Amino acid sequence: MIKKFDKKDEESGSGSNPFQHLEKSAVLQEARLFNETPINPRKCLHILTKIIYLLNQGEHFGTTEATEAFFAMTRLFQSNDQTLRRMCYLTIKEMANISEDVIIVTSSLTKDMTGKEDVYRGPAIRALCRITDTTMLQAIERYMKQAIVDKVPSVSSSALVSSLHMVKMSFDVVKRWVNEAQEAASSDNIMVQYHALGLLYHLRKNDRLAVTKMLNKFTKSGLKSPFAYCMMIRIASKLLEETEAGHDSPMFDFIESCLRNKHEMVVYEAASAIVHMPNCTARELAPAVSVLQLFCSSPKAALRYAAVRTLNKVAMKHPSAVTACNLDLENLITDSNRSIATLAITTLLKTGSESSVDRLMKQISSFVSEISDEFKVVVVQAISALCQKYPRKHSVMMSFLSNMLRDDGGFEYKRAIVDCIISIIEENPESKETGLAHLCEFIEDCEHTVLATKILHMLGKEGPRTPTPSKYIRFIFNRVVLESEAVRAAAVSALAKFGAQNDDLLPSVLVLMQRCMMDSDDEVRDRATFYMNVLQQKQKALNAAYIFNGLSVSVPGLEKSLHQYTLEPSEKPFDMKTVPLATAPITEQKTEIAPVATSKLPERLAPSRQDIYQEQLAAIPEFQGLGPLFKSSEPVQLTEAETEYVVRCIKHTFTNHMIFQFDCTNTLNDQLLQRVQVQMEPSESYEVLHNVPAPNLPYSQPNSCYSLVRLPEDDPTAVSCTFSCTMKYLVRDCDPNTGDPEDDGYDDEYVLEDLEVTVADHIQKVLKPNFGAAWDEIGDELEKEETFALATVRTLDEAVNNIISFLGMQPCERSDKVPENKNSHVLFLAGVFRGGHDVLVRARLALADGVTMQVTVRSTDENVVDVILASVG
Amino acid sequence: MDSAAVEPSLYTVKAVFILDNDGNRLLSKYYDPELYPSMKEQKNFETNIFNKTHKADNEISFLEGMTIVYKSSIDLFFYVVGSAQENELMLMAVLNCLFESLSQMLRKNVEKRTLLDNMDGVFLVVDEIIDGGVILESDPQQVIEKVNYRCVSEQAYGFVLFDYITGNTEDQGEKRQLL
Repeated sequence: MIKKFDKKDEESGSGSNPFQHLEKSAVLQEARLFNETPINPRKCLHILTKIIYLLNQGEHFGTTEATEAFFAMTRLFQSNDQTLRRMCYLTIKEMANISEDVIIVTSSLTKDMTGKEDVYRGPAIRALCRITDTTMLQAIERYMKQAIVDKVPSVSSSALVSSLHMVKMSFDVVKRWVNEAQEAASSDNIMVQYHALGLLYHLRKNDRLAVTKMLNKFTKSGLKSPFAYCMMIRIASKLLEETEAGHDSPMFDFIESCLRNKHEMVVYEAASAIVHMPNCTARELAPAVSVLQLFCSSPKAALRYAAVRTLNKVAMKHPSAVTACNLDLENLITDSNRSIATLAITTLLKTGSESSVDRLMKQISSFVSEISDEFKVVVVQAISALCQKYPRKHSVMMSFLSNMLRDDGGFEYKRAIVDCIISIIEENPESKETGLAHLCEFIEDCEHTVLATKILHMLGKEGPRTPTPSKYIRFIFNRVVLESEAVRAAAVSALAKFGAQNDDLLPSVLVLMQRCMMDSDDEVRDRATFYMNVLQQKQKALNAAYIFNGLSVSVPGLEKSLHQYTLEPSEKPFDMKTVPLATAPITEQKTEIAPVATSKLPERLAPSRQDIYQEQLAAIPEFQGLGPLFKSSEPVQLTEAETEYVVRCIKHTFTNHMIFQFDCTNTLNDQLLQRVQVQMEPSESYEVLHNVPAPNLPYSQPNSCYSLVRLPEDDPTAVSCTFSCTMKYLVRDCDPNTGDPEDDGYDDEYVLEDLEVTVADHIQKVLKPNFGAAWDEIGDELEKEETFALATVRTLDEAVNNIISFLGMQPCERSDKVPENKNSHVLFLAGVFRGGHDVLVRARLALADGVTMQVTVRSTDENVVDVILASVG
Repeated sequence: MDSAAVEPSLYTVKAVFILDNDGNRLLSKYYDPELYPSMKEQKNFETNIFNKTHKADNEISFLEGMTIVYKSSIDLFFYVVGSAQENELMLMAVLNCLFESLSQMLRKNVEKRTLLDNMDGVFLVVDEIIDGGVILESDPQQVIEKVNYRCVSEQAYGFVLFDYITGNTEDQGEKRQLL
């Protein structure tokens, strides 16, 4: 036996793959053999295999050569060799898209699909449907209907699956086969049942009632196929979700009954469906969790994986429900499949107590180097969640993370660790120094520019405020000597922050800066020169404006404004205030702790929402000359949900005007609205200048109309106003089916809810990374202070949230988080008032019976200070 | 793995492929046109999966946002790929059916050489198990009956003699050239 193998290998010479050195042209040459009579099935079979193999390897066939080979192949239908015929079907399917005129084989295939040879019929149907389009489908409709109800399972299955593929293309034709599919569903064959159920669902899925009926019927009749059961469970849980039916509905009972099915596949599907249901109670979860618990000790890796992955999911919302499985999960920690072990440990980290954390961390570190990056990220995310839950454990976590940082790993993985360390530093002031030390060590040998610059930025922000800032200087300056341009530039900026904050370090920083001015890169040199000059002035205000708190304008906006400025030369210097502000960074939402697919989204600078609005509004001639768009509010609903017309409003603020954008949707399919506009009645001295109507509002196609309002100039403190709104329009009734409107219409109106303009609409959020510096920069010339008593507010948290949402300003220095068990708090808010005036608010809060609040406002404009104080009061 | 509900659908399998022990593609089918549309992306994906799975026979893994079940035999690796939300056991059923069918067809010689000698049969088996991402059949016995393929592997001597007697030497020569 062994000898024979050796001989074969000798014969083959180069490698053991007979297809390895196939040449497309040679194979196509061979394909001429198809035309020989009599046909040699063995040779032809071999050539067809080669062609399919080449296609499968990604070889490109030109249309002409493919068509030629295809036509030669059609001759092979004369042979009655079974395998050869089957390979012809495969070739047809593979070539359907690259060859021309594939429909030439229609009649041969139709013959095979209706013929006596059962072996041919199923595959012939599938090949035929692959080359058929909507018009031709009508011609074979009769055969398809017969095939669906054929008593041979392979024929019926093939017809059903092919019909399913055709649904996308010709829904209306396939829809007519519902009765046949219905009949097929009661077949004895399990695969036919499954395919029939799938087709029926796809044909009816838009009709909820029909789906419900179908489901009821099949749950009663009892299908045999486990695949069909899985499908029914999915349909049932989707229905439950859509109808928001309670968990006492028969659907839920059905899913629960599937937990006792004899097929593991069905049991798992049911358990997973229950776990994924929103607002499931612990009692409803219990049976699902207990079957998953059983699966944890299955000898099949896939089943253990499925179970622990689902338990991990449960642990996110209901950690207590999973505690019963802790023992089983412990056993999985040593599983040879590291994915399972990782999931088990991260689940335990969620359910376990604080005391078990150390042990689990030790266990996970024993094999962390063996698991894939995807799962390492899962581990890091679990740790990050744990740090929020048990802040006291940060030292264990920190040392674990720093070990992980030292290991090899891809960018995604390293970034997850760095993000996690940074978030720990931000949450826990005590961990700051160790965290920064680990990060410093990491950038000493870091190949990812993005991470290095991110860490340098972090060092610049946090380093100067530590007790011994000097020790970071060495790490930063090393970067200047060793790294690429981008990192060097970031290092220079970080250095400057140390110089600005720490007077005793300033001379040394200046010396280092001087060296950086010799750098070979323009950007690095420019930054060094700039910082050098600013630092030499030794003025706090300058430092604050140019070193700590950078530009607050949106970068694409600045680019556009500068471009505009260069196009129209003028005597006036460029005014920064005309540039739209950057919409405040929305604080990053804590990433869901799940083994999330690390999506590879292309990272590019998307234009912000505001930039998009700016362009849309600029395109409307009535709105020329208003200046730059200052702020766009979040949409406000002006109608209840599920009314005839749905209207929401977005408030756009300009320097002296406001534009109200009404996004209207018509939910009546028998009406076409025309000339839609919203009439606004202001309560204060606001003046409506223009209404721009929406010309047409057909069924379910949203459109917008606008109103332009001038803000009162004589009274700058009148910042709030209430508008009563009425939508006016011309109705034209139309046929719901065709959508054709009748010729004449009538005027009608619809009362909307009142719209409020508040002080928040006039203020844009701006994040000042260093609030103290900004506070000093503005100075106390226009400072005003007042004390208020908030009698209705009971907690500091509530007070802080109220103030932030009322003023619409950006909380700085993480002052929006009130530490626990404190009865006083200071809130720092920063923003820019309409017209480009910086405004800062410091609110000291004290909790007694109610909350007492002392508000100090500083701004570059006196009116603004008054406006803020007046509106708070 | 995030989004809660799975849209009920018969399209279960995203891709299936067979690689040799160097990670070279022997057969692969992608059923979701949105998943790795270009050949280059597909081969990258396969290489990546292969590198992460060929060392340990772990049966199941989660890579690039896909659930992957796999199995190896001598110098072959079989993979079935589904979405992150897919029922892992369904994918497992497909993998088992594929492996069992091939094992029966190749008379238990599930190794690269035999597989390549019977490549036409392999294409037909895959075609009978999955059609455009839908599981067509999950019982290996049924698959074998439908394909009705005669394995040509252990023929060497018998066929040489047969060809010699019938004077069909040209064919043999061509075959040797290929091997």
